[in-house]
Amino acid sequence: MSNNVANDVTQADVTQPSPEKPILIARELSRHYTVSRGFLRGHATVKALNNVSFELIAGKTLAVVGESGCGKSTLARQLTLIEEPTGGSLQIDGIEIASANAAQLKAIRPKVQMVFQSPYASLNPRKQIGVMLGEPLKLNTNLDAAAREEKVRAMMTKVGLRPEHYHRYPHMFSGGQRQRIAIARAMMLQPAIVVADEPTSALDVSIQAQILNLFMDLQQELGTAYVFISHNLSVVEHVADDVMVMYFGSTVEYGSKTALFAKPLHPYTRALMSATPAIHKADRQIKIKLVGELPSPLKPPSGCTFHTRCPYAAERCVAEVPQLRPLYERLVACHRVEEIYSNCTV
Amino acid sequence: MALLDMKNLSVEFGSSENPFRAVTGVSLSIERGEIVGIVGESGSGKSVTMLALMGLIDAPGRVHADALEFDGKNVLTMKERDKRQLIGRDIAMIFQDALSSLNPAYTVGAQLMETLKLHQGLSGRAAKARAQQLLEMVEIPDAPSRLAAYPHQLSGGMSQRVMIAMALACNPKLLIADEPTTALDVTVQAQIMELLVNLQKQHDMALILITHDLAVVAEVAHRVAVMYAGEVVETSQVPGIFSAPRHPYTQALLASIPEHSKGADRLATLPGVVPGQYDRPTGCLLSPRCPYVQDRCHSDHPTLFATPNGAARCFFPLDDAGRPTHVQ
Repeated sequence: MSNNVANDVTQADVTQPSPEKPILIARELSRHYTVSRGFLRGHATVKALNNVSFELIAGKTLAVVGESGCGKSTLARQLTLIEEPTGGSLQIDGIEIASANAAQLKAIRPKVQMVFQSPYASLNPRKQIGVMLGEPLKLNTNLDAAAREEKVRAMMTKVGLRPEHYHRYPHMFSGGQRQRIAIARAMMLQPAIVVADEPTSALDVSIQAQILNLFMDLQQELGTAYVFISHNLSVVEHVADDVMVMYFGSTVEYGSKTALFAKPLHPYTRALMSATPAIHKADRQIKIKLVGELPSPLKPPSGCTFHTRCPYAAERCVAEVPQLRPLYERLVACHRVEEIYSNCTV
Repeated sequence: MALLDMKNLSVEFGSSENPFRAVTGVSLSIERGEIVGIVGESGSGKSVTMLALMGLIDAPGRVHADALEFDGKNVLTMKERDKRQLIGRDIAMIFQDALSSLNPAYTVGAQLMETLKLHQGLSGRAAKARAQQLLEMVEIPDAPSRLAAYPHQLSGGMSQRVMIAMALACNPKLLIADEPTTALDVTVQAQIMELLVNLQKQHDMALILITHDLAVVAEVAHRVAVMYAGEVVETSQVPGIFSAPRHPYTQALLASIPEHSKGADRLATLPGVVPGQYDRPTGCLLSPRCPYVQDRCHSDHPTLFATPNGAARCFFPLDDAGRPTHVQ
């Protein structure tokens, strides 16, 4: 992995210029996995994440949207330093991860925390809530037991848990309360970034609303930046400042929420939006019918990876990989945006 | 005459001294060719109601109903033998997680043919031809080779298509779909919903769609029943309920969808959670959480009152502008 990618000025122009200070910068971030195809058949490479670039502004929310298998969760694992990227550069709070030494990494890790999709699987069933929430403090600070408990109780109040919950076990809570515990745990060290991987998709709508409100309140109070991974566009429209749409490991459209939702340009973004059911007739868009499902990652399509399902695919899309280019206040990777856009009203 | 007529259905679990009432007093009638959505949060009893209808509640669970008629036949007094003929043939059901509904040890073809053999007496080549025809009907590409595929070789969307094919094998008069698209991606969800609605029209089936996604119901259903803590709290024609909900719970459920608070910082929420079995309030079940609660709501349990589009279980149903009326 090269260390000077971060200093490469031309790369910086690819991501959107922003007046505010980014807390996290990803450039051409890639993660490829080698998988065995069986005896005597050699290995194949799965490009789970392919040259993804973006910036996360302190205190803002970047939503990552896409269907299962598009690389959202792989991205989350790179950002939280659970895995090492196979290519590209990742800068968190001004420190380049690839070249950071052990002490720097130790300092960075508490700054990035994660909230997982299922609060049923992400909490240790054998630990009391108080102990669970105190653990990050125990490992990362020099506070004594009394000070830790005080901090834990303060955080519990903040996320809407009652003091008597301190000595309870996860099985005694409902899904919504468990997700509050998971959020409290992620917030214990006052991280600069929280990566939330589908944090509300396992919850009922009324509970989802409570949890989304909690996310928004905490962001306002603590100034945390969120990478919010979701496939639910109405949730994304509510929480996001910027939106990145991914398909098959690559970014297909990236820009501000306002631009993207007002005028989705990439055929995949538009298909996603039109596939999202809406309550009111006025919000329903003409359905763009996508044929088939995500192709096999072992045999990625040539050219634009979306061409196998795209209703507008042409010869050029099969042959040539589209690059992200700036258009109408966002970046979009599609050869035919102008043609498609002039032919129909969004 | 309605295709399905269910009156005052209750389902209990646990001991008879301290029963757990999962469903209380649900009445539902469904016409031929009608799409009815049943909406509610987890634990509201929507799936249990349908399992009871399918006869899938095993002891110690107990099902009571004043009437349960399907297609003119009384299901309650029916012999087990006759019931087995009815369930799976005239009433079919598909579930949320298609992959775990299919047997991993048998091919798709074998599982489809089992249904055909049991209910229609088809065997050999005829069964295989019909199985292939069914897979083509649910738009599975390359149907002949898919017959020999095992469930693990199929994607989530494909497995759900196979489940639909299996459910439709005997041309059911009623199809119950329990969260059929919850586990799927949005683009696949759109494909499956379109398929279900097309097949419903082609075969003139009635379709009960159990879901927690109000938007799905808004797009396809004719009528909707909203359930809360084991009771139906509101029934209504579809466009009506979304512009003018009559029950405060329906109103709150709609308000909590992000789509309804575009541009707002916070989403509207109901405080608290659905009451558990043993902490159900006396009076109206929503009373501890209801923003419009009155004294009477704490003491009396409301029945379903008629509203312009259906019925609501509320003493003070909301008016067109969403404010509580103090009528009754």
